[in-house]
Amino acid sequence: MADLTTNFAGIKSPNPFWLASAPPTNCGEQVMRAFDAGWGGAVWKTIGEPITNVSSRYSSVDWAGQRMMGLNNIELISDRPIDVNLREIAEVKKKYPKHAVIASLMVESKREAWREMVKRAEGAGADGLELNFGCPHGMSERGMGSAVGQVPEYAQMITEWVKEAARTPVLVKLTPNITDIRVVARAAKRAGADGLSAINTINSITGIDLDTFTPRPNVDGKSSHGGYCGPAVKPIALNMIQQVNADHVDGAPIPMSGIGGVGNWRDAAEFFLMGCGTVQVCTAAMHFGYRIVEDMIDGLSEWMDAKQFVTVNDFRGLSLPKVTEWKNLNLNYKIVAQIDEALCIGCQLCHIACWDGAHQCIHMDRVSGPVDGHIEVHAKPHEIGRERIVVTPIPKLDPPKTHLGPYATSLERIPRVGETECVGCNLCSLVCPVDQCITMVERPSGLEPETWAERTNAVVERAG
Amino acid sequence: MNANSEVTKLFPDLHPALNVRAAVVEANRCLNCFDAPCMGACPTHIDVPRFIKKIASGNVTGSAKSILEANVLGASCARVCPVEVLCEGSCVMHGRGEKPIEIGLLQRFAMETFYEAGGKLPLRKRPERTQRVACIGAGPASLACAAELRQQGFQVTIFDKRPLPGGLNTYGVAEYKLRTPDSLREVEMIRALGVQFETRDVNAAELARMEHEFDAIFLGVGLGAMHRLAVEGAEALGKGAAAIRAEVGIIDALEFIAAYKTGERSTVAPRVVVIGAGNTAIDAACAAKRLGAEIVTILYRRQRENISAFDFEYEHALKEGVEFLWSSLPVNISESDDGISLQCVVVARNETGGLEPIPGSEFAVQCDMVIPAIGQSPLVELLSLVHGMAMERGRVVIDRATGQTTNPKYFAGGDCVNGGREVVDAVADGKRAALGIAAAFAGREVAHG
Repeated sequence: MADLTTNFAGIKSPNPFWLASAPPTNCGEQVMRAFDAGWGGAVWKTIGEPITNVSSRYSSVDWAGQRMMGLNNIELISDRPIDVNLREIAEVKKKYPKHAVIASLMVESKREAWREMVKRAEGAGADGLELNFGCPHGMSERGMGSAVGQVPEYAQMITEWVKEAARTPVLVKLTPNITDIRVVARAAKRAGADGLSAINTINSITGIDLDTFTPRPNVDGKSSHGGYCGPAVKPIALNMIQQVNADHVDGAPIPMSGIGGVGNWRDAAEFFLMGCGTVQVCTAAMHFGYRIVEDMIDGLSEWMDAKQFVTVNDFRGLSLPKVTEWKNLNLNYKIVAQIDEALCIGCQLCHIACWDGAHQCIHMDRVSGPVDGHIEVHAKPHEIGRERIVVTPIPKLDPPKTHLGPYATSLERIPRVGETECVGCNLCSLVCPVDQCITMVERPSGLEPETWAERTNAVVERAG
Repeated sequence: MNANSEVTKLFPDLHPALNVRAAVVEANRCLNCFDAPCMGACPTHIDVPRFIKKIASGNVTGSAKSILEANVLGASCARVCPVEVLCEGSCVMHGRGEKPIEIGLLQRFAMETFYEAGGKLPLRKRPERTQRVACIGAGPASLACAAELRQQGFQVTIFDKRPLPGGLNTYGVAEYKLRTPDSLREVEMIRALGVQFETRDVNAAELARMEHEFDAIFLGVGLGAMHRLAVEGAEALGKGAAAIRAEVGIIDALEFIAAYKTGERSTVAPRVVVIGAGNTAIDAACAAKRLGAEIVTILYRRQRENISAFDFEYEHALKEGVEFLWSSLPVNISESDDGISLQCVVVARNETGGLEPIPGSEFAVQCDMVIPAIGQSPLVELLSLVHGMAMERGRVVIDRATGQTTNPKYFAGGDCVNGGREVVDAVADGKRAALGIAAAFAGREVAHG
């Protein structure tokens, strides 16, 4: 039976599902409802000197009829007084002592200001602190947020100030709006941070209103870049987390709380496999409410039971050794696409994808019917349907269509893979709308595994 | 002509229209097949994935134009096509265990959005030509032929004996599928391309004059009157308009449908018997039910599996509450104190496949109105006026790729060629013939398909 209780860098919580510092953790009433729904922890909406927000704050990217594939916001940190936030933290901790409440902090870059803020947050009962070095909009213009997170020296200095004062674990939240995210992660490590959280939102403009020409969100005729999050950013987050979690410069990797497009237990499991100890969720909760955590807990537990994992630590980081540099990949590994004719529905998307977008090796040249006892011959590409004269079949006038061939889809509509030309790129299997219809199967090359690194080394050695 | 609003109320849309949101959701469901089977299955080869993906992208105008490019009657076809046996029947989603894409409703959404916003048929840039073409009959075949000819710059006049153009689209399609004003709106679009319409009953003298005046003639005359009910006593009963007025008698299915569609009547006698089990019989039976008939019975001499109506039409009739009497052959019809007495006999197949009455199986059906729907006769008399035009079993023989008849001045398409199929088949025929006519003028050959 899966045990989801978590100890992350010294912060304990009933499960590894935390709400990220964002609108869902704006106030005590919300956080308590979230804990009732099952969330294990909450990173409080960033506390600092209260700001004034603009009206019209979010915009999103819809895709293929689905809402909010990506969400963008220009909201700043908490607009509520510091003492109100802290009073509510104390209240939540009193009622939910076993749940994790992490205070996200952002104040001006002065040692005393940070020390003061740390003391007050810990005094309110926060289980840990998260330093918001990531907010990419608004606050950065005032020398805070990502303005700190983009300069390793600043990040290190402020983290050191905080560590001098803090008694609870200190997490540094990283911005992805930087060329190499590891540089700031290293600065945090050097400063003694207890853990990291990544990624914060990505600079974005989600779209433009084609009538007013104003990008969204529209604030009185103008817009400003915001921070992008949601399902669209998950691949970017996973990559950056992998980079940080595999980085041993300036010390071994430290605990990582994964953020970026986590919406269900599968996403979470992937972040754990990439070495995260907890995940933080925002967009999915903003889209569907706190209730989504129920299946995150349930689904992850069922999967862990099936895999015979007891705790998250049993599988945490298992995918890290499976990521390597390209030069270490086996050049002699060969796979080809295989179409299961029995499952093919004849949409021909693999054909056109391969033809226009890949390597021109999926052909429409099968001819159905008995051909000298053989079911398939390769002939000229069939004529495009629109040139044929077709009439409405009328039961009285037309004999029912006889279906030749062994499969539900007539053979001339089932594409054929030219295996000798197939490079094993996967594109056809990605576009195929039927699960398991196109699989990539290994065709042993008969060659010993060889990487590009080995191959170029061998050349150097021979030359030497 | 305005639709009879009372009748309109009785015939709400069989399938409710999609709103924008639903249309986009459905459009996004389309897989966008390459060489899509739906396009292949459509007689006019509408590029279905193309118009559907334009709906998904919010380009509804472009969507409608791409439909019209292939099928100038895209709006009415969206409503009347038996999509179950055409585009939707061939959708790959069936193989995926999913509902096919609602292509008919999406096409209707695109076309109605376009027309309601005041959209017009785009007219290609081309020089006006002097050659004149006459289209006889103002139904879908002639409309499609005329529209394509105008797009190529030819001078076109459509002749029809009925006061309203549109043929069966205007007079013969069940009201819950296509309303007369919608048919007429589509005709107006074609008129706006510069097609002339004239009401004229074509006879030998007219035809001779047309041959003289026009460079080519397209025959889109459709089929003639419905077969008469050859049952003892039928001659003595009131027929057609008289029957309608008296609410007792015999009226054929097409007359009956035209009567309510043109607003001539909005009620029907309480007991109706429809004879025949084709698509028109079902339309008439369902219409009778909607107009208030208490009992509507379809009488058919053979079995369920032999009917010529599409399966979905049969299912629809059952839902409307139409009853079926199988293996029943009417043998005598007479007027009685209680309306009409229809004497029938049960028939069975004999060894040679013929139908034979079963002795002692006679029964009577009491009703008020008998609606024969046993097929239309070809317009042999009219068609035989054309010299040197070969016919086969009452149908005009044409070259399939060009629509040209064996009299090279004459082209033909639609029901008079195919014996009675769908609107979309007529449109495809008409357009092919227009291309054939243009090619003939240009002295070119059209590739045979």
